[in-house]
Parts: sequence; C-alpha cells; structure tokens
Amino acid sequence: MIEATALTKRYGDKLAVDDLSFAVHPGVVTGFLGPNGAGKSTTMRMIMGLDAPTSGSVTVNGTAYRNLRDPLREVGALLEAKSIHSGRSAFNHLLALAQTAGIQRARVEEVIDLVGITEVARKRAGGFSLGMGQRLGIASALLGDPHTLILDEPVNGLDPDGIRWIRNLLKHLAAEGRTIFVSSHLMSEMAQTAQHLIVIGRGRLIADTSVSEIIARASGQSVVVRTTDVPGLVRAVAGPNVQSSVDPAGTVTVQGLTTDEIGVRAARDGLTLLELTAQRVTLEDAFMDLTKDSVEYHGHEAEDPVGLATSGVGA
Amino acid sequence: MTTTTDTTRRRAASPAGTGVTQARVLLSEWTKIRSLRSTVYSLLIALVIIIGLAVLIPMVTVAHWPPRDPGEAAAFDATSRSLAGGFLAQLAIGVLGVLLITGEYATGMIRATFAAVPARLPVLWAKAVVFGAVTLATTIPTVFLAWWIGQRILSGQQIDAHLSDPGVARAVVGTALYLAVVGLLGLGLGALLRNTAAGISALFGVLFVLPIIVRFLPSSWAQPIDTYLPSTVGQAITQVHGDPGAIAPWPAFALFCGYAALVMAFAAVMLRRRDA
Repeated sequence: MIEATALTKRYGDKLAVDDLSFAVHPGVVTGFLGPNGAGKSTTMRMIMGLDAPTSGSVTVNGTAYRNLRDPLREVGALLEAKSIHSGRSAFNHLLALAQTAGIQRARVEEVIDLVGITEVARKRAGGFSLGMGQRLGIASALLGDPHTLILDEPVNGLDPDGIRWIRNLLKHLAAEGRTIFVSSHLMSEMAQTAQHLIVIGRGRLIADTSVSEIIARASGQSVVVRTTDVPGLVRAVAGPNVQSSVDPAGTVTVQGLTTDEIGVRAARDGLTLLELTAQRVTLEDAFMDLTKDSVEYHGHEAEDPVGLATSGVGA
Repeated sequence: MTTTTDTTRRRAASPAGTGVTQARVLLSEWTKIRSLRSTVYSLLIALVIIIGLAVLIPMVTVAHWPPRDPGEAAAFDATSRSLAGGFLAQLAIGVLGVLLITGEYATGMIRATFAAVPARLPVLWAKAVVFGAVTLATTIPTVFLAWWIGQRILSGQQIDAHLSDPGVARAVVGTALYLAVVGLLGLGLGALLRNTAAGISALFGVLFVLPIIVRFLPSSWAQPIDTYLPSTVGQAITQVHGDPGAIAPWPAFALFCGYAALVMAFAAVMLRRRDA
C-alpha cells in the first residue's frame, strides 16, 4: 500500500508535482500514466525517499521510506535511469546491495537466474544492452522479496519477449498479493498489464480509476458509414444529439447513434450501405484526450490532434 | 490470502536482526571498492610510484654525490629522498577518494545505494572507514619498503638514515597517514560537490594552488596564513626536519585531520538534506 497525501514538489519556480493524492492498493497492478514530464519519475523518487517533497507526504505501508528499517525487504524499485555503476559486474552490484540488508549470496544468484542474466552476471554492467540493464534493475528490485514494487518504465528497451516476460511477472507478483506500481507513458502498454490506473499531467491528478472504466468513458460513439446516397443518409440520421460529417471521399462519420440505429434508419429510407463500422476510440486516443491539456512538450501537430474532439472526457 | 496476513507472515519469517546496520553497510562498501577495476588500478599506480621514485631519486643522488654546494650536503635528508613518491601518489589517492562517491553520482548508482540505505549517512561513514583502512593497509607497508630500498641505495655513499634517528620513523608512517587523509579529504569534497571534475579541482586547488596564491600576499600576511594551510599542516608529519616556526608535526597532523573532518561533517549535513 502506497499512500500519497497532497504530495507537492517544486523545483525553483516549476511545480513538478502539484497537490497529488492517491493510494496504490495491493493485489493488482496499478499503472502510473502520464506524458513525458508529467511528474511520474519525481513522484516515484519521492516515494523512494530520494527526493524530499516540498510539502505533503507519501508513505509505504504507513511509513515514510526514509524511516523503513529494512527497505529492501519492504520495497523493491526499478528507477528510470540505469542506477548501476558501469564498471561493476551485475553480480557484485547485486551483492553490494544485498549486503546492506544481510541478504544472502544465494538469493543474489537466485534473482540473477530469475531475470535470465546468468550468462552476463560476471561482466561489467557498462557493456549491458538497455534490455539487460532493465533485467538487472528488476533483479535488484526483487532481491529482498519485497511486498511492494515500484517500477519506472520497466519495458523500456526490452524486446517483445522481454516485454511479455515483464507483463507476466508483474501479474504473477500482483496475484501473490503484492502492491505493484508501474509507470509508463504508453497507454497501450498499461492496458495489457494494469488493472488500475493513476493518470497525471503537469504534476496533477487527472484520473484514478480502473482501465475498463477509462475505455468506457472515452469511447464516444462514432460510426463510419459509406453509402451510395450521401445526402439521403445524412437526412436519414439527422436528429437531436446527432452529428454527422462527410469527408471529400464521401465517407460519413456519425456521432450519437449506434450501428444498429443507423442500419435501421437506412433500411427505412431504402438506402444502400456499403460500410457500417463502429469506430472504437483506442486507448491511445483516450489517454491523449485525458492528457491533452497537460502535455508538457507539444509537437507542432499535437495542438489539434485528429479525432480527439470525438471523445468527451474532460480532465 | 489477505495482504495483512501476508505482510505479517513475512515479518514473522524474517530472522531477528534484519535491516540495515552500519556493519552491513561497511561490508557492502568493501564489496563496492574491491569490485571496481579503477579502484584497484589507482591504488596500484600509487604504490608503484612510491616504490619507483624511492629507487630513482636515491640512485641519482648517489651518482652525483657529493653535491657541489656544501650547504646542500649539510641540509641533506636521506628519508625525504626516499619518500618523494608520496607527493605524486597523493594525486592517485586523492582522485580515488573523490571518485569513490562522485562515480556513484555520475552513473546513477547513488540512487540504488540510497534506496538500500535511506538514512544515507551510514554510506558516507562506511566509505570513509573502508577507504581509510584500505589506503593505510596498502601504503604503510609500501612506504616502509620504499624507505628501506632508498636507504640501501643511499648507503652506497654512507648517507643513509636509520629508523631510530629522531623523526625518521614518524616521517615514514606520516607519509602513509598523510596520503590516507588526502584520500578522505577527497571523499568529503566529492560527497559535497557530487561531481568528479569539481571534486578533483577543489582537492588539488586546496593542496597545490592555495599555497601558491598565498605566496603572492604581503609576507606579513603570507607567513601566518601559510602556517595553517591544509597543505602545510598535512605535510609537516612527513618531514624529518620541520621548518622553524611551523606547528609541530603531530599537532599539525591533528589540524589536518580536523580540516578533513570539517569537510566530511559539512558533506554529511548536505547529504541528508539534498535530493539524490
């Protein structure tokens, strides 16, 4: 259980985390989602006691991290940047960490085996690929068999095999009743791993809800229709709360009606339909929409991303 | 299984005496220091320099004995001729002291270290103790060996010194002590500045550049300031014949240790206060 209360972090005149309150519960994978620069890493560093909050507080199992007596057995963390001295071997890196908590050498060998880096464990970590570095980071997080895991962008740099491995590992660990808190800037990744989501933008809480609810909320009905008689179709679907638009190719996009309703109305007017497709708002769209007002660094095109106006979830 | 029982079971399963202790952090820092090639090489280079110059300088001295200037012969100090390598070795050991902690900041390792030891200060103490012990354990035998080799060579002209001569044993041990404290001063500055280049510049700025700048002051100022400079009080213990007007070797060394302790204390305060 991780609990943040009015957590705030200010760097100079920049508010990196702004009055953030949330709770991460055991037994499920909780995703921590937000665009780059939203304050995810800062929040995680505050959970880990590495950065001190400007105001507010955050605790792990009711205790501030800095006051944990046995931190490695309580909380395991994979921090964003490689937190490894490049000149040291993976084995010695893990051994040095393990020794601070009196964790046995056998456990070091065990986690090395568990993350699948046995063959390179005696080599300098500086030569590791990003993927191997991530695996080593996860090994260090698992050293103390902790009840709480905090992982900052764990799938970064992993190949598809590695990504699947991480997903399964996280689900497995959550099923054992552990608290799993995983950050990502990719909604699609979170959708496959997390059951609960905490979404932040510009340091503020945007949503604290389940994955399925976010999708449901974001999926504004939108149906694509192609027909031989475009004006006839537009007339047929017209009504209160219904919007339709026609693109130059003659494809009609209808909002406010289901595919069933459109099909019935077209048949009533004797229209020939060539296509009738429900446009599902993708998770990416839902995420983009949630965070559109709080994206730190806009690309030039991002000011008015296509299709965002269709889904109506406000921040 | 509910979370509460799970947590309780884990805690119950942990043997008594789990958690972070200073002794465990010491062991961890020992693992860190011995598992980096750069540490081992830097120390090795320092030791080779100390021995190497203890061969080279006495050989040159013997070959050119007696000096043309009779004053040089009168002021001749056989011990300092064999320990000149210490001056060069302080570069390697000082840099190593700085790198011991700035290396962790540069690579991001410091976050893993402080996540494992959230109190932070045990890490600084452990680094100081382990590094001090490693430096002394390697430099004490080395300076004695260097001194002995130097004296064997100088005995060719019957100008060698003896350990029982006044101040000689103290100067030999003092060279090792001086090196260890230079390393700790480097560690303190590294912890304070958290940047390798800044730490090294600060360390050698204080030890080498500060005395030169002081010399540009009017002598009525330069003399008293120079007496208390870290470099002056630090090197006093390595000299058999101290300068007249200088602080006595052991009190001077105590002051040198005091400077290092002051830097370390300041670093400790900042280490707890600042974000990692």
